Amino acid sequence: MAKTATQGKRKITINPVTRVEGHGKVTLHLDDAGHIEQARFHIIEFRGFERFVQGRFYWEAPTIVQRLCGICPVSHHLAASKAMDVIVGADKITPTAEKMRRLMHYGQTFQSHAMHFYHLCSPDLLFGFDAPVEKRNVIAVIEAAPETATHAVLMRKYGQEIIKATCGKKVHGTGSIPGGMNKNLSIEERDVFLKDIDTMLEWSVEALNLCKKITLEKKDFLLAFGAFDSNHVGIVREDGCLDLYDGKLRAKAADGAIIFDQVAPADYLDYIAEEVRPWSYMKFPFIRSLGKEKGWYRVGPLARINICDYIDTPIAEKERQEFMALGGGKPINASMAYHWARMIELVHSAEKIKELLNDSDLQGDKLVTSGKRRNRGVAWIEAPRGTLFHHYEVNDRDQITLANLIVSTTNNNEAMNRVVQVVAKQYLEGKEITEGLLNHIEVGIRAYDPCLSCATHALGQMRLHVQLVGADGAVLDEKYRG
Amino acid sequence: MSKDAVTFTIDGVEVKAKPDQTIMEAADAAGIYIPRLCYHKDLLPGGHCRVCTVRVNGRPANACTFPVNSGIVVENDTEELKALRRDIIEMLFVEGNHYCPSCEASGKCELQAMAYRLELLTPQMPYAWPKRELDATHPDVYLDRDRCILCGRCVRASVQLDGKRVFGFENRGAQKRIAVDSATGMGDTDLSAKDRAASICPTGCLTIKRQGYLTPVGKRPYDKVPIGSDIEKKQAAG
Ligand code: SF4
Ligand code: SF4
Ligand code: FES
Repeated sequence: MAKTATQGKRKITINPVTRVEGHGKVTLHLDDAGHIEQARFHIIEFRGFERFVQGRFYWEAPTIVQRLCGICPVSHHLAASKAMDVIVGADKITPTAEKMRRLMHYGQTFQSHAMHFYHLCSPDLLFGFDAPVEKRNVIAVIEAAPETATHAVLMRKYGQEIIKATCGKKVHGTGSIPGGMNKNLSIEERDVFLKDIDTMLEWSVEALNLCKKITLEKKDFLLAFGAFDSNHVGIVREDGCLDLYDGKLRAKAADGAIIFDQVAPADYLDYIAEEVRPWSYMKFPFIRSLGKEKGWYRVGPLARINICDYIDTPIAEKERQEFMALGGGKPINASMAYHWARMIELVHSAEKIKELLNDSDLQGDKLVTSGKRRNRGVAWIEAPRGTLFHHYEVNDRDQITLANLIVSTTNNNEAMNRVVQVVAKQYLEGKEITEGLLNHIEVGIRAYDPCLSCATHALGQMRLHVQLVGADGAVLDEKYRG
Repeated sequence: MSKDAVTFTIDGVEVKAKPDQTIMEAADAAGIYIPRLCYHKDLLPGGHCRVCTVRVNGRPANACTFPVNSGIVVENDTEELKALRRDIIEMLFVEGNHYCPSCEASGKCELQAMAYRLELLTPQMPYAWPKRELDATHPDVYLDRDRCILCGRCVRASVQLDGKRVFGFENRGAQKRIAVDSATGMGDTDLSAKDRAASICPTGCLTIKRQGYLTPVGKRPYDKVPIGSDIEKKQAAG
């Protein structure tokens, strides 16, 4: 490229993206004419977690790994436990253990999805992307719709109480262990949840309806916003049913064609590879058969609803059908459809919790099993934010020698870069960089509900930093927020 | 109580004891808890940790080794001694590498429980971050020296209860560490997981493998009651 052309380029940095869990940074590379040339969603922290567990004992992993994320610790707790089931040879854990883990997982998904919708996404949807920051936050939601906000708080609490009852603590419990669980659910504990489950289900349906209503009202705008075609990856049950806790991996192309299906966890490396790019600490996973350029994919609620054949709970299934009708049965490739898909899963989780609470297996006392000891354990789970892979190698002294985790946000890495690019092209090109416009980008990223602390395993707080940098590295303009 | 019983006071409370008892034993029998770490009722006292420091007629002494005597005045539950004990616990924390949140001993660890009982919040002393070796060579037991407080219980239990010599101390001062009777690791000693030594460690240092987290949170020994409650219960009961 000619030297003169690069000289005129500017870089705009938004740092961090507010109201995303954890921290991230966006840079927009502009050319001479102020057109978006490239957009990157940076992860600035380091990744060190896999090293911490090396040398530790395999039964410690479920308890240690959940600490790399304060936001969805249960997903890590369960994914590690499932990998350790393989290590201890527990090919089929007891019904009580599996149902307790499922209850824990649906409780986690329920509270995470409820919180995301009300606290993180509804301000955008209710007040518009251009609304000033003072107007577009959860406090404003509380003022505008106090009942909705109260429901959000109580739904989150309900989910957290389920986590506590199954896991021992609301955050960082120890309930799930290699080969099973260390507790069941007593009748008293169950009855507390049974009492409120119908209300929770009702509120979930209300949240879904609210999300659906807003989306359909602004359908043309919202579904076009940050839309781009992609592959979709997630786990499904053997019969193709949505299953957030266990199943085999399936990948679908943007047009709905199956790329692979029923892949077992142990074989994940044959199908998924991870690319390292010099400017990011977070890897970029892709489908091997399609290569780096074409093989990237989306995970999470949208991908899951897109790839599954049906949902085994009645309300969520009806809603899925309505949702899929938007694309005539083909995958929906709109970023903003994540919110709707997430709400279908919220309802599904509530339905599943209800089903489980009425299952007396939860009161069983056979909690742990084991079989032939192995040295390699791979497992996955559909975390609220998408597929989460855990892979461990364990030596004969019971110590972990290798850990490889591909977390949900990493799986969505390229997709989030794309949404930044698309939204920037749609809304920022050649225009003045206003707060509202910058927020369009945040809104796009937020649809993916990225959890950056977990994707990069780091600590640290940063203020919002907007930077305009010339091609020679000189700072042309700078703006701080917060 | 036999006729040659001795009588003394602990914090002003009259205690009767047999002449061959230590202050700790007499206090336990009377339902008075004196904090301790290296002491174990089935072992001869080691007098290592000094957490059991009391004042006897005004002078500091180890309750676990000091014999009772008629008329002695023992101070135990005072702010001064509590602060001293808290300092010892704090030193034990910063001298090792203790990651309680993920440690499988959490909730049953005597060091952790003592910190709670003595209201040690966050250590103020600087962490030493020592480099210590983990010994995973034994098929059924591991030794995570990061969590060792050099209490010597394992050393005494191996000799006194198991008739073996699996453990010992090596080096002095800050370099002191728990050692095993083999240059190639614990796997090459005659330790068995059934030995008393294997399950007598007050912390998560010497631990039976594959038993971690089997007890749910809420059901672990110190989840609901502070350490020493079992002894104090005796007093409450009568
Ligand atoms: S041994 Fe005790 S004090 Fe040390 S990390 Fe474990 S629980 Fe905490
Ligand atoms: S290994 Fe345990 S019992 Fe032995 S000296 Fe260390 S802390 Fe005490
Ligand atoms: S208990 Fe007395 S010195 Fe340790």
